[in-house]
Amino acid sequence: MTLTDWFNKRKIQQIAARDNDIHIDDSVGKLWTLCYNCSSQLPKKDLENNLMVCPNCDYHFRIGAKERIKLIADEGSFIEMYSNIKPCDPLNFVDTQSYKMRQQSASAKSGLDEAVIVGTCLIDNQKTAIAVMDFEYMGGSMGSVVGEKITRILEYALENRLPSIVFTASGGARMQESALSLMQMAKTSCIVAKLNEAKLLYITVLCEPTFGGVTASFGTIGDIIIAEKGARIGFAGRRVIEQTIRQKLPADFQTAEYLLKCGQIDFIVERKNMKEKLSKLIFLHTKK
Amino acid sequence: MSNNDKKVQILDFEKPLYDAENKIEEFKKMSSETKINYDDQIKKLEEQTKVYKKELYEKLEPYQKLQIARHPQRPNFMDYVQFMCEEFIELHGDRHGCDDKAIAGGIARIEGHNVMLIGTMKGKSTKENLECNFGMPQPQGYRKALRLFEHANRFDLPIITLVDTMGAYPGMLAEEAGQGEAIAVNLKEMAKLSVPTIAVITGEGCSGGALGLAVSNKVMILEHAYYTVISPEGCASILWKDASMARVATDALKITGEDLLKFGIVDEVIKEPTGGAHYDAKQMADNLKEALLKALDEFKSMDEEQIREQRYSKFRSMGVFLQ
Repeated sequence: MTLTDWFNKRKIQQIAARDNDIHIDDSVGKLWTLCYNCSSQLPKKDLENNLMVCPNCDYHFRIGAKERIKLIADEGSFIEMYSNIKPCDPLNFVDTQSYKMRQQSASAKSGLDEAVIVGTCLIDNQKTAIAVMDFEYMGGSMGSVVGEKITRILEYALENRLPSIVFTASGGARMQESALSLMQMAKTSCIVAKLNEAKLLYITVLCEPTFGGVTASFGTIGDIIIAEKGARIGFAGRRVIEQTIRQKLPADFQTAEYLLKCGQIDFIVERKNMKEKLSKLIFLHTKK
Repeated sequence: MSNNDKKVQILDFEKPLYDAENKIEEFKKMSSETKINYDDQIKKLEEQTKVYKKELYEKLEPYQKLQIARHPQRPNFMDYVQFMCEEFIELHGDRHGCDDKAIAGGIARIEGHNVMLIGTMKGKSTKENLECNFGMPQPQGYRKALRLFEHANRFDLPIITLVDTMGAYPGMLAEEAGQGEAIAVNLKEMAKLSVPTIAVITGEGCSGGALGLAVSNKVMILEHAYYTVISPEGCASILWKDASMARVATDALKITGEDLLKFGIVDEVIKEPTGGAHYDAKQMADNLKEALLKALDEFKSMDEEQIREQRYSKFRSMGVFLQ
């Protein structure tokens, strides 16, 4: 065996071993989750029992709309509405994949048929209209359906004089519907204007992550703007800003904590206290 | 081919036309110098060029329109003010410590109508461009616009906004000052106004930064302007992971006036002079003025409640979905 052969053999062995490693990691991944923040390996069960918050560093993992509703609504009180509104493809949009295909794979991935669930529920026995966005469905992006469902539930709140809460988690407006998505920003803001005039409480809870068209419309015009602990919130993405101003941004830039310092949000809430805080807010705003 | 004194910058797809027109000029010069009669040939060439020109500008691809919309010599807000208004008094500042030059506005008189005229401002030289941040407003700019909206509402002045922006400025200070919130508040407050509001996309209408001035009773767009949720370059780099796919993204995003009209996003497309607004700013301003006067007239007989309701139901109906 020449020296080169020896090296080659070793290389092949290494590559083979690498494949094995990945395989092992995969099966472990189902039981363990790596914390993005402190890199500790967490048993998935423990994490779930702790409301998807890392017990070591308090990092709040993203959660889906359904999980969030369970944490907020009194047990069994949530009634989903307007679930008959479904997306289509008005522009026949095709990038590297067609929009229709993306919708299908998003549904399969998230188990939802759009990026928001809306309805009414009781929060400590107070009837409330809620809309909860889900980042798993196409990055929680806002197209016609998201805009329409949010508008409808807020209209319902207006007609029935209910307080309303929107939980955001979105990368922004959905590119595949182009200007139609843009107009959803106007549509949702117009209904909030009506809630203002009717003096009805409208609370927004900005969750990880909230960006672009959602930040620049119904997300930041709440009577009360809350951010979930650690959530990243902004208008433009971090990379775009860094490229524009050609500077490194502070590590905590666009986090909830940073925005609180800048006076952009009312306060930050940890997931475990969310329901209690919302319940109190509604109570304090209701005429007795 | 220019009516302006200043030489027009030629876009790449206009090159063949430009060459043909130069050839004709050369022929004319030669004919007068040599005293040989080329009239027939010149006439024939001119005819051919005319047909070619007509075809070229009538069948512009979306990407070519995009280039026209971004033309550095495209008339800007102050050009329109100059050509359209009998009077214009500019009002400055957001009253919270800033005067963003990317958004300009003031009280104007157009053909005997007193209006509030507000627009995004792009410069024509590097110095001007730096001053107004290439037409990309800061949050303070949107708050300045909001102050002017409220002023107009108080004094019953119809509001006209002229929008030409690549979008709201993506900067660190802009984020700290609440870029998203500033736009969102404008969307919400524009919905509440009880005076007629008319928005015209005069060049680039990119994303929330454009919409922040355009939740209006009537939204119009110039023939070669575009209006989109994201710049084609931005879209290409996110979806295709390749900014050079911008041409394809431009087609996919359906950003031209014609497409927007189909989806009910704009109410009217305003004709531009042949080749684009930059070939004849005066003519463009005349067309714009005519459209604006017509639009103002449409809302004359409406009372405050009707104006708000018309605006609300217009935006309420936007979106396409199954149910």
